[in-house]
Amino acid sequence: MIRVLVLRAPGTNCDKETARAVREAGAAAEIIHVKKLIEDTIDLLDYDGLVIPGGFSYGDRVRAGAILSAKIKSKLWDKFKEFAEDTRPVLGICNGFQVLVELGLLPGLSYGDEPVAALVPNTLARFEARWVYLKHVNRNKCIFTRSLENRVLRMPVAHAEGRFMAAADIVKRIIENDQIVFVYVKPDGSLAMGEYPYNPNGSMMDIAAICNERGNVMGLMPHPERAIYSWQLPEKISDGYADGFPIFREMVDYIRENIK
Amino acid sequence: MPIYEVVVEVWLKDGIVDAEGNSVTEALRDMGYPVKDTRVGKVYRITMEAASKEEAEKLVEEMCRRLLVNPVKDKYLFRVEQR
Repeated sequence: MIRVLVLRAPGTNCDKETARAVREAGAAAEIIHVKKLIEDTIDLLDYDGLVIPGGFSYGDRVRAGAILSAKIKSKLWDKFKEFAEDTRPVLGICNGFQVLVELGLLPGLSYGDEPVAALVPNTLARFEARWVYLKHVNRNKCIFTRSLENRVLRMPVAHAEGRFMAAADIVKRIIENDQIVFVYVKPDGSLAMGEYPYNPNGSMMDIAAICNERGNVMGLMPHPERAIYSWQLPEKISDGYADGFPIFREMVDYIRENIK
Repeated sequence: MPIYEVVVEVWLKDGIVDAEGNSVTEALRDMGYPVKDTRVGKVYRITMEAASKEEAEKLVEEMCRRLLVNPVKDKYLFRVEQR
């Protein structure tokens, strides 16, 4: 059975629906508190995939994702690094994306002490909770989106700090390396070009999701786990899956093909 | 080992929207004060041991880089005094 670890920390609040999404995609999902990993009663390397779900880990103290990242860096870094370098899939959703950026696993161009990117407060200076349109722009590097081509997807965002920011040279490398996965677009699929509310946070280049150089680590601000079934859509269609589901299905398919 | 009192201030860099600062500006203006802008920062008061002031400063610099500050969005300053 494929085993995916859904990481829980104090303040995580999207762990249950994330685990359900993983299960719906055909893997066993286990919600594990970071404390268990630190105590070494659970070994991350026994799992095939990792999801860091949304929420407010450690109450967003210092800044979003900073404390969980510091704990991982000081107590669990070798395991996390090995897990990611072993090309096992790592998915960070919302707060999880913030953690991956703080850790340096994203954009993953270096593992220095300092993050080279940030998810800063939204331009409009408020919490944005709304459905957005995303266009898949990755050219087949990201393992979570291999079937998506140039589809436009709908998922909800819910964050106050989601504006992707990095220095110009980092952004250049992210583009050259095919590390942008989703951008915010208008309903017709044309680029949001920073226009609110299509780009809900003022993110550079309308970036909503990026992956690392190998494509096995992805972070995104929108919540795919809140768009698994069509009845979760605003129009509440009774049957079928919604646009967030393929991300989890691709993760599990990738594990089946490459890890197991 | 001597004890040092450290004060670290962390601010969002200029040009990055400070939501809390904007709310404070608005409230102060509502109250009739001629406020143009407010930036809200974080202050950490850290008590620590170190062999010397230089050593303490070196460690605080490290703490800032490794936890208290994301250099992409934050700026910071600190002062160290022996207790």
